[in-house]
Amino acid sequence: MLRFFARRLLLGLLVLWITSGAVFVLFFVAPHDPARLLAGKLATPQTVALVNHRLGLDRPLPDQYASFMGRLLHGDLGYSYYNSAPVRSLLASRLPVTASLALGAAVVWLVVGVGVGVAAARRPRSLVDRGGTLLVLTGLSMPTFLVGLLLIYFLFFRLHLAGFGLFPASGYVPLTQDPGGWAQHLLLPWVTLATVTAATYSRLTRSSLLEVLGEDYIRTARAKGLPEGRVVYRHGLRSALTPVVTQLGVDLGTLLGGVIVTEQVFGLPGLGQLAWQSVTTQDLPVIMGIVLVASAFIVLANLLVDLGYALLDPRVRPS
Amino acid sequence: MTLTAAEQAGATAARPIGAVEGRSPWQLAWARLRRDPAAIASAVTILLIAAAAIAAPAVAHAVGHGPNDQYPSIGLTIAGLPVGPSRRFLLGTDNLGRDLLVRIAYGARISLLVGVVATLLATVAGVVVGLVAGYFGGVVDVVLARFMDMVLSFPYLLLAIALVSVFGPSLTITILVIAFFSWAAIGRVVRGQTLSIREQEYVEASWSVGSGALRVMFVEILPNLLAPVLVLATLLVPTAIVFEATLSFLGLGVVPPTPTWGGMLSDSLNFYQVAWWFPLFPGLALLATTLAFNLLGDSVRDALDPTAGRAAATGDR
Repeated sequence: MLRFFARRLLLGLLVLWITSGAVFVLFFVAPHDPARLLAGKLATPQTVALVNHRLGLDRPLPDQYASFMGRLLHGDLGYSYYNSAPVRSLLASRLPVTASLALGAAVVWLVVGVGVGVAAARRPRSLVDRGGTLLVLTGLSMPTFLVGLLLIYFLFFRLHLAGFGLFPASGYVPLTQDPGGWAQHLLLPWVTLATVTAATYSRLTRSSLLEVLGEDYIRTARAKGLPEGRVVYRHGLRSALTPVVTQLGVDLGTLLGGVIVTEQVFGLPGLGQLAWQSVTTQDLPVIMGIVLVASAFIVLANLLVDLGYALLDPRVRPS
Repeated sequence: MTLTAAEQAGATAARPIGAVEGRSPWQLAWARLRRDPAAIASAVTILLIAAAAIAAPAVAHAVGHGPNDQYPSIGLTIAGLPVGPSRRFLLGTDNLGRDLLVRIAYGARISLLVGVVATLLATVAGVVVGLVAGYFGGVVDVVLARFMDMVLSFPYLLLAIALVSVFGPSLTITILVIAFFSWAAIGRVVRGQTLSIREQEYVEASWSVGSGALRVMFVEILPNLLAPVLVLATLLVPTAIVFEATLSFLGLGVVPPTPTWGGMLSDSLNFYQVAWWFPLFPGLALLATTLAFNLLGDSVRDALDPTAGRAAATGDR
C-alpha cells in the first residue's frame, strides 16, 4: 500500500518536472523579448540590455534553468518581471479567489448534475430523462464565455435596467470580509461554471445508477418492502456515486489551477486571470509558477482519487 | 411435379422465418439510430450547417455582400452602431457594418473545419498510440501510457494559450493545439480495449498462421475498437468547436477578419446592450452545431450499446 502510494507520488513529481521543463523550453525556443516589453518601446538598447542583465536573461540557457530549478527546490518560485513581486505571494493572494469559485461551483453542479442524473435514471427514456438531459447538454454545448455573457445580460443588465441590482457583473469580496457580498459576487460565476460542467455529472450519475439499480441487492431491498426513495438513495446512489467522486476530484484539481475564461468574463482576480495577464506580458516566472501549481493540484487530485479508491475498494489495492 | 396446397401454405409460412436474416451489430445499431428522433434531428441540423458552410459563397452572392465587405453608410446607424435585421441585412450587421448572415455562413466553414480536422487528427493519433501501447505492452506500454496520462493532466487551456501566444495565432496552430490536447483521451480507451482483445483466441489464431504485428493490430484488433472510437470522436467534434470559439474569444484563434463564430461573439461584447442580434445569431449557430453533435454522440452510443451508459466528456472552463 505504502509502496503503491510512493510510486504514484514519484510519478506525479516526474509529471511536474517534465511539465515545467516543457514550459521553460517553450518560452526560450520561441522568439520573445520580455526586457523590451518591460522597458517600453522608446527604451534605448542600453536600457534593454540592463533590464536583460537584471533579470538574468543574458546568461546561457542551461545556467538559467539550473538556477531556476535550484530556487524551486528551496520553495522559491522567483520574482515576477511585470508585477515586481515574489511569484509565491502573487499566487497566494490569488488562490483564495479561484478556490472560492471552484468549490462553490462544484456544489452547484453536483446538486444539478446528480439531481438530473438520478431523476433520469429512475425513469429512463421518460420525459424527465429526455428533458433533463437536453437541458444539461445545452450547457455542455456552450462555450463558458457565452454562458457568462448570457447571465450577465439577463441577470445583471436586464435586471439592472428594471431597477434590481441583485447581482454585480464583476469584482470580488473576500469571504472573511463580507460573506454576503462574497456569495453575491460569486453567484453568477458559480452558475456559469456549473452550467458547462453539470452534464458530465448527470451522464455519469445516470449510467452508474442505472447499472446499480439492476443489481440483485436492489431487488432484495425492494422485495423487503423498503420505500422506493430509500432503495434509490440509501442503497443505490451510495454505490453509484463512486465514479462521480472520481470525476469531482479530477475536475477540482483542474479548476484550482485557474479558471481562465470564467475569471476573465467576471473580472475575478484569481489564478486564471493572473495566468492570462502573465501570458500576454510574457511574465515567464509567473507562468511557470501557475503551471506548476496547476499541475500540482491535478497530480494531488489524482493521488487522492487513487487513494480513495484503494480505501473504498479492496480489489484495487495492489498487494 | 406440382406443389400441393399444403406445400404452398408451408412455403409462405416459411417466408417470415426466412426473412429473419442474420444482422450484424452495425446493422442493428443503424436500425436503432434511424428510430431515434434525437439522432435524426441532430443529423439534419448538422447537414444543414454543413450545407450553409459549403454554400457560403452562394449566400454571399445571393445577398450581394461579401463576408468582409463593410457598409459604413447603410450597415451602421448615424451613431456608428450596428443596424438590426432588415430586408437589406437579414440578420443585421456587426460593429463594422458587415452582413452577419454572410459572416455566420462563412463562420460555419471554420467551425466545421476545425471540429472535423482536429477530431480526425486526434482520433488517428489516439488509435495508433493506443494500439501500439496495448499490443506491445511492456516498456513500450509503460512509456506511452504514462505519456498519455501526462498529456491528460496538463492544465491544457493555459498551455494552449501559452503555445498560441508564442507561435502566433493561425488556423493551423488552432487545429494542432486542439488535436494535441484531445488525442490522449482516445488513446487511453483504445489501449485499455487492446489490452483485453489481445488475449482473445482469434488474435492467437492470427498469430499462429504467421500474421505480423501490423496485420494483427489493424486487421484483427482495430475493427473491434471502431464502436467506442466512433462515439468518442463524435463527442470530440463539439468539444473542438467550443475550444476554437474560446480561443477566438480570447483573441488567440483564427486571425481577423476571417469570420469565426467565436470571433464574432468576442466582437459583440461591447455591443450586446444596443444590438441583441449581434451576439444572438452567432451564438445560436454555435449552440445548434455543438448541441447537435453532442446529442448525436449520445444517440450513437445508445445505438451501439443499448446497455451502456453515457460517459463523461469535459469541455474547457
